[in-house]
Amino acid sequence: MSAIQILGLEKTYTIGFWRKRPKRALRPLHLAVEEGEIFGFLGPNGAGKTTTLKLLMGLVSPTAGSARILGIDANDPRVKAQIGFLPEQPYFYDYLTARELLEYYGQLSGIPAKDRGGKVEAMLQRVGLPDAGDIQLRKFSKGMLQRVGIAQAILHDPKVVFLDEPMSGLDPMGRREVRDLIEQLKKEGKTVFFSTHILSDAEALCDRVAIIHLGELRSVGVVADLTSSMHGKVELIWQGAVVPASIRALGAECHLSADTMRAVLAEDKQDAAIDALRREKLRLVSITPVRATLEDYFLQNLRSENAPSEVMA
Amino acid sequence: MKARISYIAANTFREAVRDRVLYNLIAFALLLVGAAILVGQISIDIERLVVINLGLTAVSLFGMLIAIFIGIGLVSKEIEKRTLYTMFSRPVRRWEFIVGKFFGLAGTLVVNTFLMAIGVFAALLYVSHHLQKPDAWLLVALYFIILQFLMITAIALLFSSFSSPLLSAVFAFSLFVVGSFAEDLRGFAAMTKGVTRWLATGAAYLIPNFSALNVISSVAHGEAVSGQLVFYNSAYALFYAALALCGAVLIFERRDLK
Ligand SMILES: Nc1ncnc2c1ncn2[C@@H]1O[C@H](COP(=O)(O)OP(=O)(O)OP(=O)(O)O)[C@@H](O)[C@H]1O
Ligand SMILES: [Mg+2]
Repeated sequence: MSAIQILGLEKTYTIGFWRKRPKRALRPLHLAVEEGEIFGFLGPNGAGKTTTLKLLMGLVSPTAGSARILGIDANDPRVKAQIGFLPEQPYFYDYLTARELLEYYGQLSGIPAKDRGGKVEAMLQRVGLPDAGDIQLRKFSKGMLQRVGIAQAILHDPKVVFLDEPMSGLDPMGRREVRDLIEQLKKEGKTVFFSTHILSDAEALCDRVAIIHLGELRSVGVVADLTSSMHGKVELIWQGAVVPASIRALGAECHLSADTMRAVLAEDKQDAAIDALRREKLRLVSITPVRATLEDYFLQNLRSENAPSEVMA
Repeated sequence: MKARISYIAANTFREAVRDRVLYNLIAFALLLVGAAILVGQISIDIERLVVINLGLTAVSLFGMLIAIFIGIGLVSKEIEKRTLYTMFSRPVRRWEFIVGKFFGLAGTLVVNTFLMAIGVFAALLYVSHHLQKPDAWLLVALYFIILQFLMITAIALLFSSFSSPLLSAVFAFSLFVVGSFAEDLRGFAAMTKGVTRWLATGAAYLIPNFSALNVISSVAHGEAVSGQLVFYNSAYALFYAALALCGAVLIFERRDLK
């Protein structure tokens, strides 16, 4: 049984006050996430990631389609006890302290009163807020709020965890902690579905990723498979600050550092480049294949289209 | 289900109690009760009349203001600030949220009314040195005031479920004002003819009849309140509030959270 099954979920918003017109935020989406997976949901700004998560949480109603979580319709209240959700830029009742907020969410999630206090304390510890429990949330920094958000998402020990950009607003240490936490969740047997546009995080964490762009699913798979389909590149390093014209002609990007030259060019031009170096009597230091990253994948596949011009981190 | 509603209600109560607006309004109301004593001292005979009239009116007016000012934000503010994203990712149904909010604010108002009523009775005791038997009718007047609060809370929630706090405030406040003259409006409606009469009567019955729930001046004169009126008023107010709540739920169930 899949942990999450998305069956043609679709959302068209109506925008404009006077002249109403449709805005297709999500085209029919089909996707299955297996139990115990860390699944990355990637896409540029405005791709439809948050829209998908809001549909899964029942916060907006779908134009068409449905979804099942743990085999039960996603809108069934029984599902809600088994899932956790961290919204994008979470915001909470700012008149509560972190401890009170977690207590409250524990109550709503049906955690028995006798376990609640202990769980809340342990959770504050786990997300790195052991001393902030009695501070009102209106005095929290963005990163601290993000941590509280993560805490409420996993407090009740859910089976499936949905995180909308869990690393945003966190400092490098915090990002690292969240990465570790997601890995821990997987070890505990949970399914984690998270959206991000920080590609390195997705590469480091995900068993599989889906890439969505302009509301449309582009590809699903293991990161290595997605990137291996790309034309590989190689990096050549040689001694001397000279770039033969024949190598430039191959379309190499060259950088000089101290007295060595570094050039990156397509894999199939490698032999021609080596020949050129030999002709010029330049000493070759190394040849290294450059592994394609998700970033390369994004740049190659999505840049040409009319996407918002935000640069991928 | 019941547990979740009570948790939401308790949290709504906690929110109100931590809001400074509440204390300002209560302080104002008590100030008004104090002023009633001063006004009453102008003439010894009408002291009690003035204290009861002004005191209970202050309780009712400020309670209404609290109900409107807190009520209009109950739903729309949570949509605006997106605090509902996490709320509805928990096993909370939308109607439970609305009902919990209603009871939370209603509870806040009951506690307030209780505190302000103590103020009124203290003022009464101060001017007349002892309570009289007819003063017991003040309790009925206070009960009717609470019934009005239930209605206006439900109305504020209804508006809050589909419009902005500002518009909700305008709507709820106009209904409060118009509703205070509901009996007169029904009278006017009865004087018209034909289709107009149907429409006017319909409209007159649609607006909340706060004037029937206002027995302040008669209890100030020491008049009794009939059991029949207590029964009709209770049934009317509860029915009206329930209907407005149902409307709020129906609208809110269908809403996309922005
Ligand atoms: N309430 C709404 N009304 C109208 N259009 C909306 C609404 N919410 C989102 N959209 C549109 O839907 C599209 C997808 O938005 P969404 O928030 O899902 O993107 P995203 O992938 O989460 O982007 P980001 O990385 O910036 O968070 C966008 O074009 C956005 O303008
Ligand atoms: Mg988003």
